[in-house]
Amino acid sequence: MAIASDINPYQGALKGDNAFAQITDNVSRIMEAPKPPRAWYIAMGFSLMLLAMFGASLGFVVWEGIGAWGHIHPVAWGFPIVNFVFWVGIGHAGTLISAILFLLRQNWRTAINRFAEAMTIFAVICAAIFPGVHIGRPWLPYWMTPIPNQMGMWPQFRSPLEWDIFAVGTYATVSILFWYMGMIPDFATFRDRSKTTVRRLVYGLLAMGWRGSSRQWHRYERAYLLLAALATPLVLSVHSVVSFDFATSQLPGWHTTIFPPYFVAGAIFGGFAMVVVLAVPSRQFFGLKRIITMRHLELMSKIILATGMLVGYAYGMEMFIAWYSGAIYEQFAFVNRAFGNYGWAYWTMIFCNVLAPQVFWSKKMRTNVWVIFFVGVLVNVGMWFERFVIICTSLARDFLPANWGYFVPSVVDYATLAGSFGLFFTLFLLFCRYIPMVAMAEMKAFIPEGHAHDH
Amino acid sequence: MSDTQAIQAEAGPAPLHGLLAEYDNPTALVRAAKKVRDAGYAHWDTFTPFPIHGIERAMGIRMTRLPWLVFVAALIGLANGVLLQFLTNAWDYKWLVSGKPFWSWPANVPIAFEMTILYSAFAALGGMLIFNNLPLPAHPLDLKERFARVTDDRFFLLIEARDGKFDEVDTRRLLESTEPLLLDEVLEDRVTSDKIPRALIYTLIVAGAASLVPFAAFTAARARHSEKPRIHAIWDMDFQPKFKAQRANPLFDDNRAMRKPVAGTVATGALRDDDHMYRGRVGDAWATTYPAGVQVTEETLRVGRDKYNVFCAPCHGFAGEGDGMVHKRAETLGQGWVPPSNLHQEYLRLQPVGELFNSITNGVRNMPAYGPQIEPDDRWAIVMYVRALQRSRASGLGDLSEAERSGLK
Repeated sequence: MAIASDINPYQGALKGDNAFAQITDNVSRIMEAPKPPRAWYIAMGFSLMLLAMFGASLGFVVWEGIGAWGHIHPVAWGFPIVNFVFWVGIGHAGTLISAILFLLRQNWRTAINRFAEAMTIFAVICAAIFPGVHIGRPWLPYWMTPIPNQMGMWPQFRSPLEWDIFAVGTYATVSILFWYMGMIPDFATFRDRSKTTVRRLVYGLLAMGWRGSSRQWHRYERAYLLLAALATPLVLSVHSVVSFDFATSQLPGWHTTIFPPYFVAGAIFGGFAMVVVLAVPSRQFFGLKRIITMRHLELMSKIILATGMLVGYAYGMEMFIAWYSGAIYEQFAFVNRAFGNYGWAYWTMIFCNVLAPQVFWSKKMRTNVWVIFFVGVLVNVGMWFERFVIICTSLARDFLPANWGYFVPSVVDYATLAGSFGLFFTLFLLFCRYIPMVAMAEMKAFIPEGHAHDH
Repeated sequence: MSDTQAIQAEAGPAPLHGLLAEYDNPTALVRAAKKVRDAGYAHWDTFTPFPIHGIERAMGIRMTRLPWLVFVAALIGLANGVLLQFLTNAWDYKWLVSGKPFWSWPANVPIAFEMTILYSAFAALGGMLIFNNLPLPAHPLDLKERFARVTDDRFFLLIEARDGKFDEVDTRRLLESTEPLLLDEVLEDRVTSDKIPRALIYTLIVAGAASLVPFAAFTAARARHSEKPRIHAIWDMDFQPKFKAQRANPLFDDNRAMRKPVAGTVATGALRDDDHMYRGRVGDAWATTYPAGVQVTEETLRVGRDKYNVFCAPCHGFAGEGDGMVHKRAETLGQGWVPPSNLHQEYLRLQPVGELFNSITNGVRNMPAYGPQIEPDDRWAIVMYVRALQRSRASGLGDLSEAERSGLK
């Protein structure tokens, strides 16, 4: 990483004679530099390649039908639903950091909330694509919305899949509103620093004429608090609703009451892991080490450790309840999960989600960016496997042995999974370059210089 | 900025908008704000790069009504969520799910909850913008080049000239006493009029007109007649490269898409070459015994009774006397009717079982054929039951055992 510093325009001293101006400069120069660092171009090229693969594989699935994926009877919910739950889960850390940590007055969140929120929105975009294509006729998803139609039919509102539409749709909308509202003052900063007409116009439109009036700040802060208070139950509800897709079914391995809290804990766990995976290179390449400090990474590592233990507890509790229930199908589902033909996936999940984060008990480890980054990657792998294990092993071997099968993904499955990362990283890289990556106004309010000492 | 100021200067002196004081730290601004508040000004404001905590009190800003707006929006969202589900699933299009009531509210909680949050979130952002009078494209302060730093590191205080207490000398003196970095006059903006730029108007007109083109094309297509088939945008599986049974197929000599089976083809289980079982005949005569596959047991008789009561009793009556419901109704109507046979007639009692079987299978006189509706072994069971019925009316003392006969005496 040290090689990057001599060609990186973002590593020099900060302009400005006071702390406020330095924060502004630190964040704004990412957008203002004529060229981003070479790492950005390399990452962007790689992401665009993956994105092209995503487009091609989805186009192929739409043209050819979902038989192009490896779905077989009885595993009808293969990769697309695994990927959907994975991405929706990633999308939870953003709002958690923004809303819950805000309500808990954890001021350290200010350094990372903006790009965690961006990550949320991009992850939800990736997530929404999968069920949209998985329905088989991607031109008909509007059938799931209550639009009056010539058939005189309405959606079935008691179905958890219908709840999903509303939960994920509301979550995406509210996340975008929350994200955008937080950016209004920072867009104003960009507008006021822009030199070209196009930038002035675009950032000016986005800033909506924000001029920092205290009377406006007063309502703005109240609105932000309200949005945080609204987003907190929302974020908890969304993954609970996603877990209802499974928990309200009759399938052993899915039909468990622990799912809503277990899914929410897993989502926070996976989301934070994705935040550190993005934060470690971003702070390096965009020169944000003064803003996203080692303290932030360490705090996030602690959250990963804590939520990882929660998830580990849920794995143990599932096993215990399966035994305690006395239901043979339930017991078989869980024994099969760990020791059946998908055992390799189960133990990958246990290693990545339960064992890997344990290194964070050591302070030395949680202050080493390489370890943090690597564990973050492992946790993401583990969380993907968790969804794979839940969905595929439960479906593959249900009640009747005559009905058993084994799911083997096709090339198109792998291409859509890898391609979704292309979409995610492309959006994220564009965000880094053109949108205020750190909430400047909030940062300024929390530094000591930002307090008035007269009251 | 300086260009616009030059234009403004040419246009003649603009009226004063207000007095602007600049500070470089929040403490100085809060001190100044308290002074201005205490002096009793109403039309004034401070401008800061970030929210300064405690400045509301220093400026005397009252708590916003935004939470009430959000609360009302939440209630509307909740009502909308509940009504949407009730009206669609429990009223307009009733979904019967696993025999549950049409309105079982716990299943409707998630969507009602999401709608509540959705409406409130829009109200929070929208209400903030509306109460804040945003978006606001132009403001006299934009003419001040230094004011651009309000979003960076500077703090400003503006007292507007329209304030009743505003006096150029007194107000200036008040602001000077707060020791600002800089004190400046802000003139009304005569250049950046609130007119929309002409380029933008033209763009909007062109874009608006262009956006109507697809709709115009659709409308035209609906109104016009065309010889060509409709555009089938999404094919689903509507057109498949296959031949349907009754269509022509030039690949075959007879031009039929449907292939006929080879002559003499018999479907599995349809050969039925046992004359006794399927036609009731042994050699050239009617069979007088039951075929080998039919067991003469009480169980068969019971099956025969059930089938008889379903298929035969409507005309022949439950006891076989030719007085079934259909017969009685026909007699009442009196429109001419060949009565069904009384099964207890002598000639029927003496008929071989094979002939009875044949009558059921192919019908006789007015009676239609029941072969297509009743399986052969069930038909034999019916024959057996008919025989039992006949016996019940034609038995004599000779049919009883010695002990029973003596019991009767």
